[in-house]
Amino acid sequence: MSNPANSPPSSSARKRLMLMMRPRATKANALAALLALLLGFAVATQIRQNQSQGLESLRQSDLLNILDDTTLKSSRLDQNVRELQTTRDQLVSGTTSGAAAVTAAQERLDVLGILAGTARAHGPGIRMTITDPGGKVTYPVLLDAIQELRDAGAEAIQVNNVRIVASSHFGPRASGIEVDGRSINQPYTIAAIGDPATMSSAMEIPGGLAENVRQLGATIIIAQEKELTVGALHPLTEPRYARPVPPSAATTP
Amino acid sequence: MIPALGLLIGLAAGIFLHPTVPLALQPYLPIAVIAALDAVFGGVRAVLDGIFNDKVFVVSFLSNVVVAAFIVFLGDQLGVGSQLSTGVVVVLGIRIFSNVASIRRHVFRA
Repeated sequence: MSNPANSPPSSSARKRLMLMMRPRATKANALAALLALLLGFAVATQIRQNQSQGLESLRQSDLLNILDDTTLKSSRLDQNVRELQTTRDQLVSGTTSGAAAVTAAQERLDVLGILAGTARAHGPGIRMTITDPGGKVTYPVLLDAIQELRDAGAEAIQVNNVRIVASSHFGPRASGIEVDGRSINQPYTIAAIGDPATMSSAMEIPGGLAENVRQLGATIIIAQEKELTVGALHPLTEPRYARPVPPSAATTP
Repeated sequence: MIPALGLLIGLAAGIFLHPTVPLALQPYLPIAVIAALDAVFGGVRAVLDGIFNDKVFVVSFLSNVVVAAFIVFLGDQLGVGSQLSTGVVVVLGIRIFSNVASIRRHVFRA
């Protein structure tokens, strides 16, 4: 059998194999067939079992390894979650604080725009019309009127089509009055936004503007209005000399 | 011939009946299958050697299966089940290889 060069044993072996192939009805052969059937069944079953294997058939050490792996992975993922949550929180608070900053800046812009005369303003107020046929109403009278209105709480003032701001100045001109370098003609119309009752009573007090104007021979009409628009704008000019002081710097007395 | 048919029928039954292995048998079935394969290859070799005996085949088949399963069972009880399973598989694998080599010499004369 261990002699490969010997051909007769091999051919006889094949003959024997052929002989065995013939069905023989012996008890032992039947038993062998049964065992072979069992073997085939077991092989197929085991293969199926192995393919659909879950954790239940694993040994303790394998289960421990899997558990360790899973725990490690889970803690890593937990850390990931924490980091991402932190990033998300930062982003969310960043956007909300950014939005709040934008809102605050917009409010500030509105307030400053009304103060500086770069924004149109509307609201309740009074409208005064001064008609002066004799030409007696001079610029100090108008300056007084503006001063009185401010005293009474006017927040936005317009004379004819000139917006009155902090730097506004009045002066004489041949054909009337000059405000901020612009000539204004009669009738002088002053629109002021503020509390209408307070401002009109301030105009009408004895010795106040209305009485002065009437003494000069001019007529004045004061009308309280619920809704008034101060539409004239003051052109914004860059200050040539004044510079803002940094907030942290010490203030010079 | 009849055992070969039995093997095929068993395979088909296992594939189409979707049997599930009972939990108690799960560690032993793979080892038992390897042991049975060893017995089958040994039987084929015996046929080619001209010394085949039905009774010997049946007894060796059964004893192989039982001993392999018992060794694994013992190993599980002693806490070295996986190592012992590996050992059994290695030994049976070596036997299967030597049997197959012998069969090959007979069939292919090489």
